[in-house]
Amino acid sequence: MNTNTSIEQAANNKKMQDAFIELGRNFGLTVYGVFAIFPIVWMLLMSFKSDAEVVTTIFKFTPTVSNYLAVLFRPDSDYIKAFIQNFIVSGGAVLLTMIAGVPAAYALARYDFKNKEGWAFQILSFKFAPEILVILPIFLIFQRAGLYDTYFGLIWVYQLITMPLLIWVVRGYFEDISVEVEQAAQLDGYSWYAVFFKVLLPLVKPGLVASGLLAFIFAWNSFTFPLILSGMKVQTITITSLRYMASDAVHYGQVAVAAIVAVLPEIVICLFIQKHLVRGLSFGAVKG
Amino acid sequence: MAKKQIETDINYNEQPKHIRMRPYYIIAPGMIILIGIMIPFFTAIVLSFTNASYRIPMEQWRFNWFRNWLSFDTYEGKVLVGGMLANPDFYHAILVTFIYAICSTGTELLLGLGIAFLLKKDTPYSRVLKVVLMFPLMVAPAIAVLIWQLMISNSVGIIEKFLNLFGIFNFPWAASHNTAMFTVVMIDAWVNTPFILLLVLAGIQSLPKSPFEAAQVDGASGWFTFKTLTLPMLKPFIYIALLFRSMAALQEFGIIFALTKGGPGNTLMNISLTSYLTAFTYQQPGKALPYLLVLWVVVNITAKKIVEKQRKYAKEAAGL
Repeated sequence: MNTNTSIEQAANNKKMQDAFIELGRNFGLTVYGVFAIFPIVWMLLMSFKSDAEVVTTIFKFTPTVSNYLAVLFRPDSDYIKAFIQNFIVSGGAVLLTMIAGVPAAYALARYDFKNKEGWAFQILSFKFAPEILVILPIFLIFQRAGLYDTYFGLIWVYQLITMPLLIWVVRGYFEDISVEVEQAAQLDGYSWYAVFFKVLLPLVKPGLVASGLLAFIFAWNSFTFPLILSGMKVQTITITSLRYMASDAVHYGQVAVAAIVAVLPEIVICLFIQKHLVRGLSFGAVKG
Repeated sequence: MAKKQIETDINYNEQPKHIRMRPYYIIAPGMIILIGIMIPFFTAIVLSFTNASYRIPMEQWRFNWFRNWLSFDTYEGKVLVGGMLANPDFYHAILVTFIYAICSTGTELLLGLGIAFLLKKDTPYSRVLKVVLMFPLMVAPAIAVLIWQLMISNSVGIIEKFLNLFGIFNFPWAASHNTAMFTVVMIDAWVNTPFILLLVLAGIQSLPKSPFEAAQVDGASGWFTFKTLTLPMLKPFIYIALLFRSMAALQEFGIIFALTKGGPGNTLMNISLTSYLTAFTYQQPGKALPYLLVLWVVVNITAKKIVEKQRKYAKEAAGL
């Protein structure tokens, strides 16, 4: 009898302990979750508050869309202009990267040529080059060549962000396709180009789209390049948004709108490319 | 016939020149674009030995060799030491760069590892969190600064209101020497902890089951299993995360510039910010470039060290 109760007690203790661990675990996760997500939620709340309520209220307030109207639709607001221009620059950069980078990724995946790994690492090292070190001379060259503050100038420099990412990630996706698939298609009489466009590209498409979108986010988020290499003509959101905070009479609600509109497309993309996130962000080093 | 066709792309050495050269012209467009960007890099090295300055016309830029680095001029019989290496700002910048890199990467590593282990058990809650916790990673550093400025603002910030409950008023955040570093590291950690979390989670997922079952059968304690099995197997993943994070942290510019432009005073002036200030505010790119070349060397050495370790641990993990 005695031993029985002690066993029961031990089992109970174990249960209690497990319950405590579970509680601690969820508590820890919730604390970090609040730290990670609350700023975005707070931004969303703030964007619907009027200037007066921003100071006086926390969670209970009368929502208004006046901030959105002021930032997005007022004729003297250049936020929408920056949004569109940011889109053109980032989209253009990703497009150029795709055209030039996907074949390069294929070559690095399939062919054996002299110093292949050397080339691959050279491409990766661009990512680790200090941005300002590259920008300083480019700034001088751009001013001479008339590329300062132009779409083309920014798109070209953004290759430094998008190209290494795309080449390294897409290379991994090409390597995942077995050579036999290509050989089978060649057996069927397809030319090399037909194999590439009709067989290989559809096979890597999910990975290609995901890494393209990730490259787009990187370009979209870029701060140093547009700060130095663009002026009043071509603006990006990261630069324009900062001005909302720097002005003398800060409209906090409008700052929140500026932030939320810049972030929202990225969160949508993040949900969309969920499965490819590990691989993309680690440049193909970790195949999640 | 058919067999020959297969070989066209395999033994391309025996094939016509246009097939043999294919890898090179496939890779060419990408390389041309990237090398086009690299030309400025060599220009940078050359310019670091000149008196390049926006205050004088480009035609008057001359080589002054090592004067941007270290110079001994004489003025009225006295030796004046100048150049980067004689400038206390340089050593301050190096210090700030390393403190920032170590603090931010360290914080993110500890947080990322901790949260990854909390998320290990598969529950509906953890499944949702694995998705939403990635959101900050997508936020641009400049926008993250904006968001946190609204969080910590002394007039409208929710954190200020929260701290008021504990009797803390007007916490200085980025405005004080003592708390500025903490503030930028906090923002950096908010943005980048999910990156480490993501990679460690991928590592945890890849762990094989059998060694852990064997350890359990042998009655190994949780800590012992963690120390001798889990951690060594996760090390390759952790080091990849460490590589990417420390590279970015050593060069951090966006978060610090957007928050305080290096202030208050020179508290947050790391190498990137010091060189930006020298090149664009003081308009002397020639003097700014030595800073950046030093940063480039530091980044390269660090990257090499981490990659070496990563390879070593990956080999060890494969042998476990």
